[in-house]
Amino acid sequence: MNTSYFISLITAMFIGGAAGYVGSLMATKKMSLVGDVLSHIALPGIGLGLLYGINISLGALASLVLGIMLIWILSLRTELSMESLVGVVFVLSLAVGFLITPEEELLHSLFGDISAVAMPDAVAAVFISVVVFIAARMIYSKMMLAYVSEDLALASGVKINKYNLIYLFLIAAVVAFGIKVGGTLLTSAMIIVPAAVARNVSRNMRQYSLLSIMIGIASAVGGFAVFPFLAERFGLSVVAIGPVIILASIAFFTVSLIFKNNK
Amino acid sequence: MDFQDNQNLIDNKEEKLLEPAVIAHQVVPQPPTPVISELILEVKNLTVSFGEENVVDNLSFSLKKGENVAIMGPNGAGKTVLLKALLGILPYQGEIKWSENAKISYVPQKILPEKNLPLSVEEFFRMKKAGKEQAKEALASVGITDEKFLKKMIGTISSGQLQRVLVAWGLVGNPNVLFFDEPTAGIDIGGEETIFNLLNKIEKERNLSIILVTHDMSVVYGFADSVLCLNKKLICYGPPSEALGSEGLKKLYGEGVTFYKHEH
Repeated sequence: MNTSYFISLITAMFIGGAAGYVGSLMATKKMSLVGDVLSHIALPGIGLGLLYGINISLGALASLVLGIMLIWILSLRTELSMESLVGVVFVLSLAVGFLITPEEELLHSLFGDISAVAMPDAVAAVFISVVVFIAARMIYSKMMLAYVSEDLALASGVKINKYNLIYLFLIAAVVAFGIKVGGTLLTSAMIIVPAAVARNVSRNMRQYSLLSIMIGIASAVGGFAVFPFLAERFGLSVVAIGPVIILASIAFFTVSLIFKNNK
Repeated sequence: MDFQDNQNLIDNKEEKLLEPAVIAHQVVPQPPTPVISELILEVKNLTVSFGEENVVDNLSFSLKKGENVAIMGPNGAGKTVLLKALLGILPYQGEIKWSENAKISYVPQKILPEKNLPLSVEEFFRMKKAGKEQAKEALASVGITDEKFLKKMIGTISSGQLQRVLVAWGLVGNPNVLFFDEPTAGIDIGGEETIFNLLNKIEKERNLSIILVTHDMSVVYGFADSVLCLNKKLICYGPPSEALGSEGLKKLYGEGVTFYKHEH
């Protein structure tokens, strides 16, 4: 237990909450895999950051923004679905990312490295989480309406394309600043799993969005709480904290399945 | 002198005052009262195309305030496309001019929320900035008065109820033009009857123009002031009994259809 551990915990809680919240909007069928895959588009940026000694969050953000713009432009120009475009950009990023990321750092990019989280990173992550939360809250109900019926949303003056783009950028921000704690895998898990848990047990949008945030935070806390014991017992390195957080969220998911049957 | 006499005096005065006006009216005819013919929508040379194909081709018509219009035509005739262009959610060429006070609302053909979609009826109304009371009022006008209904998940209500909810949603904000895309589609016969009655009720209560896409002849004859037949181009337009003579129908659906008219 040291300061770095607590800084990481707080960072993970904020990122977990923000990721859970934006993830809940991904309940839309069309988007569910987009967010997951999107997080890996950060890889080339992380690699470049490591190579040239730039902050990897900034590198990741740059690479995500580029990737998203590419996907968005292609989606307007072609008839292809968002998923297949994201898929194309995803494998491209993965290939480039693996080629340029130094081998010993690959594991850290995927799974994070809490020992690398310094105070400035934590402050940035907390700040970004709050900004993302506020922005997502502003577009939440419009995105949900677009999900219920695109025509209804368009007829009510909702600019769906614009909101989709804003939404993708919000995910990019969460992923970029969550990377140091849990790597790309953890952030994508935090986007998908809490929303799935919440969806299993919620009866309305308020419960759903609130639960998504809470499960995101609780998974981070749970993961950090359990980790020291697991680390001692099995001799895990700090890299393993991301996967432990993911397992914590999966534990919540299992519980939610039980409640779902009783709904 | 009592009240009655006074009244007579006043009446006489008014008569005298009126006389010159009547004469003047005979000399200079007044224009027809503007309220009756006030246009709420003018469409000129409207064309909507997807790629090379013109789905709606060079359409011109106009709508008077309070008029109910049925848009009909065979499948693929561009009915829904026309509706969406009028709503401004599809790009088009030509001119669509709504009057300044037009307040348009839209009831979509069908939505299919998943069973477990975490969205309550109340929250669905809040998406249109309607509070609980407004939602209740709108639901009451479509015949749903159950207090608990607001708490229900939108994916769990029946398709008939969902259709009513969509109509109620369209009524929020007191529009004066209401678009319906096939309001009878997907509802069983019992429900169809009530949706049709509902249209009449809403139209009377709220004094609005209803523009609906429909295949249902009984809806056209029983409800619409005019019918607009569409098969990419404008085929006929006018009161149903005139526009839908056998000639009109032949043009719209082809030679096979020669006779189809409900006499109520």
